[in-house]
Amino acid sequence: MATTKRTIDVQLSTTGFDSQGRPRRVPLAVDEAGNTVAVAEPPGLEPDLEGEHMLINIGPQHPATHGVLRLVLELDGETVVRCIPHVGYLHCGFEKIGEYRQYNQIIPWTDREDYLNSPGNNVAFALGAERLFGIEITERCKVLRVMACELSRIMSHLVWLGTTCIDIGAYTPFLWAFQQREKIYELLEAWIGARLTTSLTRVGGMGADIPDNWIEGLTAFVKGFPKVVDEIDRVITRNGIWVGRTVGLGVMSPEEATNYGLSGPMIRASGVAYDVRRDFPYLDYETYDFDVPVGTNGDVYDRFLVRMEELRQSTRILEQTIARLPDGPVNVDDHRVILPPKSRATSDMESMIHHFKQVMEGPRPPIGECYVAVESPKGEKGYYMVSDGSPKPVRWRIRPPSYVNLSAIPRMVEGHLLSDVIAINASIDIVMGEIDR
Amino acid sequence: MSGDASFSPVVGGSALATGAPSPKTPRNVARTGAHPNPSADALRAEFATVVQRVDVVWGETSVVVERARLHDVIQWLHDDEGQRYDYLSDITAVEYRDVEREIEVVWHLRSLPYRRFLRVKVLLERGAALEVPSVWDVYKAADWLERECFDMFGIRFAGHPDLRRILMWEQYKEGFPLRKDFPLRGRFSRSEQLRQALAANPEARYSKDELTIAQALEDLPADMRRRLTAGERTGE
Repeated sequence: MATTKRTIDVQLSTTGFDSQGRPRRVPLAVDEAGNTVAVAEPPGLEPDLEGEHMLINIGPQHPATHGVLRLVLELDGETVVRCIPHVGYLHCGFEKIGEYRQYNQIIPWTDREDYLNSPGNNVAFALGAERLFGIEITERCKVLRVMACELSRIMSHLVWLGTTCIDIGAYTPFLWAFQQREKIYELLEAWIGARLTTSLTRVGGMGADIPDNWIEGLTAFVKGFPKVVDEIDRVITRNGIWVGRTVGLGVMSPEEATNYGLSGPMIRASGVAYDVRRDFPYLDYETYDFDVPVGTNGDVYDRFLVRMEELRQSTRILEQTIARLPDGPVNVDDHRVILPPKSRATSDMESMIHHFKQVMEGPRPPIGECYVAVESPKGEKGYYMVSDGSPKPVRWRIRPPSYVNLSAIPRMVEGHLLSDVIAINASIDIVMGEIDR
Repeated sequence: MSGDASFSPVVGGSALATGAPSPKTPRNVARTGAHPNPSADALRAEFATVVQRVDVVWGETSVVVERARLHDVIQWLHDDEGQRYDYLSDITAVEYRDVEREIEVVWHLRSLPYRRFLRVKVLLERGAALEVPSVWDVYKAADWLERECFDMFGIRFAGHPDLRRILMWEQYKEGFPLRKDFPLRGRFSRSEQLRQALAANPEARYSKDELTIAQALEDLPADMRRRLTAGERTGE
């Protein structure tokens, strides 16, 4: 082929179609005498792959991987044969840093792991530390923490909903979801001053009580929000494209889901009614009236339905917290962990000593260990803390729900098309900050 | 949910019908003195001296078992009709600041049908091999959890099918970050870390496993092929 002279000449426009309607072969070569000769294989047409597998790399800088996830996919044509996930691009050593920080100093780090659920992480960490200190928090604090947890569940599910809609090709629900999320951010801003990295709790209480008239804002949100959920429901739940892109994808049976350690909406979509709030309650969740939505097929569509229903159930819980929010102190009366008011710290000797000891040394929990899990929007989020009696934990372990959920992705995408990998990955609701920590 | 019933998820309480009273939020948990999880006694009855110690701290039961029998213990907890620990929450390790003290490997198990929580521990003596049996064949959830524990502590899980680093990259040479002898800033200086990052071979991000899939090594340009086969070595 190297010696033939290739020309693309007027013959191209005169070839026409053969009797079957296929384009005629275009002679693209001429011999020395100037006559056209047929080329065996038209250029541009590759021979069939014949079962040869292809390696496709998605990420870490791909918008549909929701962060810095990298998937190496082995494809047969367009079908996934094998998926090899790579994580760790965002690893910052949170657990290591926690061993060098006092308990209250770790709380800002919990904001930054699952950053869509910062208030929920703060609450989970504070609950763990309080178990380790043997502190029983006040009733008002409990209700405020339930509010924080449910607000952040709604927030996280809204981000999931919006981004998944974009992944699958719908843009409008994203805007509706983010408008509502903005309202929650405004509430959080009024409460604690921060929007994303809230650091809402302290060991033994909260960073701040809710401001005046805050409950009115929450009531307005709780009133308006279900309408938006209904609207999104009307637009996508029975939308043909949405159903076609999600039904039957990434199916996990109940036994598999349990064995793979899935949690949160992932395991509930598979039909296992495991909800930490219900089965291993904390913050008096057993006294709230709410349903645990459970799917039947364990596919992407059921995960979507479960999350949509959880938005409604969280709103129900918020209504109940508004009705029952008691008066009284937010922080426990325990000088080991709660700073005395500044006025007393500068006028009263004892308070000044407590203030000094807490700031300079940090509170010391007794020797012991505890594992406290909460139901985060992603699933079972656990903090395992070990104390040797010093002000800093020996070990602070985060049990990241989306890490364990993601570990099942090779199983879930097997045999599906490349475009479905994006939908399945979106349905896991991963946050790389939490996976890589 | 409005509309067709076939589009609604089943909404209900917990599906775990064992007749047990619904659990309550624990209140005023004492540091010691709570009743141990009934599974601890069952384990003692079944495995006798394999169970070295049972601790109850802050209402949570920890069972310390012999390393050699760990897999049997977990398998039994998983399979036995009276236990049914079907859910593996977490696997991690604890190294204490006391350099004499053993390294603990910790398994957190849940029994969803009985709503029980159990912590199983294995103590690894200082100086002994950091190796424990893998429970990957019992719980698939152990896959990444064991890989992370290996990555962070250097504990090997015998029987794990694919035990390699997960959060750190495969060519990471500084050791195991969560060990207490690992400095917070890492072992290498910032300039050394930067030098290595700049000298890194971009193709080495693909593992050998992945390269065998490509089957196209011969068709690649010569320089790319050289970098791919060299692994992390850059020939500097």
